[in-house]
Amino acid sequence: MTLSFAATLPARGFDVELDVAEGRTLALLGPNGAGKSTALGLAAGTLRPHDGAITLDDRPLVRVDAGRTRTWVPPHDRQVALLAQEPLLFPHLSVRQNVAFGPRSQGARRRAADAAADRRLAEVGLAHLADRAPSTLSGGQAQRVAVARALAAEPRLLLLDEPMAALDVDVRPELRQRLQHLLAGQTAVVTTHDVLDALLLADEVAVIEAGRVVERGPTARVLSRPRSAFAARIAGLNLLTGSWTGDGVTTEAGEVVHGHAPGSDLAVGAPMTAVFRPASVSVYLEERHGSPRNTFRGTVRTLEPHGDLVRVRTDHLAADVTPGAAAELSLVPGTKVWLSVKAAEVDVYPG
Amino acid sequence: MTAPAGDAGAGLPRWAFVPAAVGGLFVVLPLVAMATRVDWSGYWSLVTSASARAALALSLQTSAASTAVCLVLGIPMALVLARCRFPGIDLLRSLVMVPLVLPPVVGGVALLYTFGRRGLLGETLEVAGLQVAFSTTAVVLAQTFVALPFLVMTLEGALRTAGSRYDVVAASLGARPTTVLRRVTLPLVGPGLVSGTVLSFARALGEFGATITFAGSLEGVTRTLPLEIYLQRETDPDAAVALSLLLVVVAVLVIAVTRQGRPARSPL
Repeated sequence: MTLSFAATLPARGFDVELDVAEGRTLALLGPNGAGKSTALGLAAGTLRPHDGAITLDDRPLVRVDAGRTRTWVPPHDRQVALLAQEPLLFPHLSVRQNVAFGPRSQGARRRAADAAADRRLAEVGLAHLADRAPSTLSGGQAQRVAVARALAAEPRLLLLDEPMAALDVDVRPELRQRLQHLLAGQTAVVTTHDVLDALLLADEVAVIEAGRVVERGPTARVLSRPRSAFAARIAGLNLLTGSWTGDGVTTEAGEVVHGHAPGSDLAVGAPMTAVFRPASVSVYLEERHGSPRNTFRGTVRTLEPHGDLVRVRTDHLAADVTPGAAAELSLVPGTKVWLSVKAAEVDVYPG
Repeated sequence: MTAPAGDAGAGLPRWAFVPAAVGGLFVVLPLVAMATRVDWSGYWSLVTSASARAALALSLQTSAASTAVCLVLGIPMALVLARCRFPGIDLLRSLVMVPLVLPPVVGGVALLYTFGRRGLLGETLEVAGLQVAFSTTAVVLAQTFVALPFLVMTLEGALRTAGSRYDVVAASLGARPTTVLRRVTLPLVGPGLVSGTVLSFARALGEFGATITFAGSLEGVTRTLPLEIYLQRETDPDAAVALSLLLVVVAVLVIAVTRQGRPARSPL
C-alpha cells in the first residue's frame, strides 16, 4: 500500500480508515461537511488527528496516540501536494515561476527548475503562457497551471480537493480529460460530488457520510450497485435497503420490494439493497394493482428538469416523467402520488 | 451640476459634505497659518544653521535606525500574532498596542526605569559597560518603543487579509517555512509592509515626549528635530517655524512615497 490512513478527530466527528495502492486514484465522495476535506487536511499536514497513523511508502508521516504526537512530519517534508478548488497561483510570480516553485523549493537550480516547469506546462497544453502573470489567465487556464505546479513538485501523493468545483461548467470537460491522462500512474486522492469525476478519474471510490466511510469499492461496482444513499444519488439511482423476507426486500418503513434477486440461497433476514432507475418509475394519482409491480406512496417534494424529462422527487424516491405526463397529472410539490416500478426493473443484491 | 462620467455610486447624504469640509480645513488651516509666519528671506540660513543641521541629521539617522529595529522585531511579532493560536495571545496583542495609547512621556518614564542607571536592566547593562540613558541609543529605543505598534498593527492586518492559503500551497510543494516566508508570505503583504514601515518611520521622526524624558536634549547626541523646534520656540520663534515647515515637508514626502504605486481607490 502506498498510502495507509487511519485517523480520528472527535471534535469534527471524524473517524476514517483508507488506503490507496501505488499509482491508483481514490475518489472520496460525500455530501458537503461529510469530512472529505478533513481527510485531505490530515494527509497534507494542515490538521493534526487526535488519534491515528498515516504512512506513505512505508514512511510514517503521522502517529498520534490519544492526543500524544509520536511522529509528525511537517507538511513541506511529506511529498504530498495539494490542489485546491481555487488555483491559488502566487500572484507575484509568473506562470513559469509558479510551476518552478516546487522544484526550486526542493533545491533544484533555476535552469533545471525552469526546464521542468516548461515540460509540465506543455503537458497541460499551456507552454505558450509561461511568461504571463496569473491574473491574465482564465479560470480554466489557471487551474491547469495549478495542476502543472502540483505535478512539478513530483509528489508521492497528490490530493485534489474538488478541483473542478470552482470552474465554469463548460471548461470542466477539458480539465477532466487532462487530469484523467495526468493521473495515470500517480497515486492520488480526489474529493468530489460529481459522478463524472469518479467515473473518469478514479479507480476506486470511498463514500464518506458524517465522518465515516459508509461504502468502499471499485468505481464501477459502487456506481452500478451502490449500498449508500449518497452513492445511489450521485449514480442517479433509487435505493431502498431492508432485509430479505423470502420473496422480496422489506424496508424499515414496511414497504415490500420485489425484484431481480441474485439467487435463491439467501437467508431470511439478511440485509439487502434494491436499486432501480428513475426512468423505470411510473407516477399515478391512484394506486394501481397487478403483479409484478412494486408500488410506493409518496408526496411530491420537488420537480426539476432532467434532460428532456422532468425529475419528480418524493421524500425518498425519484421518477423521470415526460413534461406532458407531469402536466396531465398536475404534479406540484405537495401532490400525493403512487410510484410504480416493475419487479424486472429492480436490481436486488445483498448488502 | 456637472460630474465626471463613470461610477456614480449610491450617493452620499448632502449634509455629510459640511462636517467633511470642516474637518479638512481643521487639518490644513494650521499648516497654512504656520506657512504665513515663515520669514522667507532668512529661511535658508535658519534651516542650515549648525544646530538645525545637527538636529535634522540626528533625526534622520535615529529614525532610520529605529525603523530598522522595528522591522527586525516587528515582522516576527506580526507573524506570531497573525498566525499562531495559543492561550493569552489576545492579551499579548493588546499589550503590544499599549504604546499607541500611552502618553509618550509615560513611555519615556517607563524606559528610564528599565534601561536607566537605576533601572531594571540598567544596572546589569552598566556592569557590562553600557550606559543607555541620555545617549543616542536611548533616542533610538524611545522611537522604537512608540513606532513598533504601527508596524505590527499594519502588517498583522495585511497578513490576516492575505490569509494562509497560499502558505499551505507553498508548503505542500515542498517549501520550508523560511522559504514560504521569503518567497510567498512577505511578497504577498508587500504593500502592507511598505506602509507599516513608512508609518513607523514617520512616528519615529515626530517622536518628542519619550525622547526628552528618557534621552534628554544634548545637542548632536539626543536633540532631534522636534526637540530643537521646541527649544527654539522659546528663544527664536522664527527658527522654530522654519524648522517646523521642514518637518512638514519631510512628512509630506513620506506620505507621497507610501501613496505611490498603490491605487488611490481600492478596486473593490
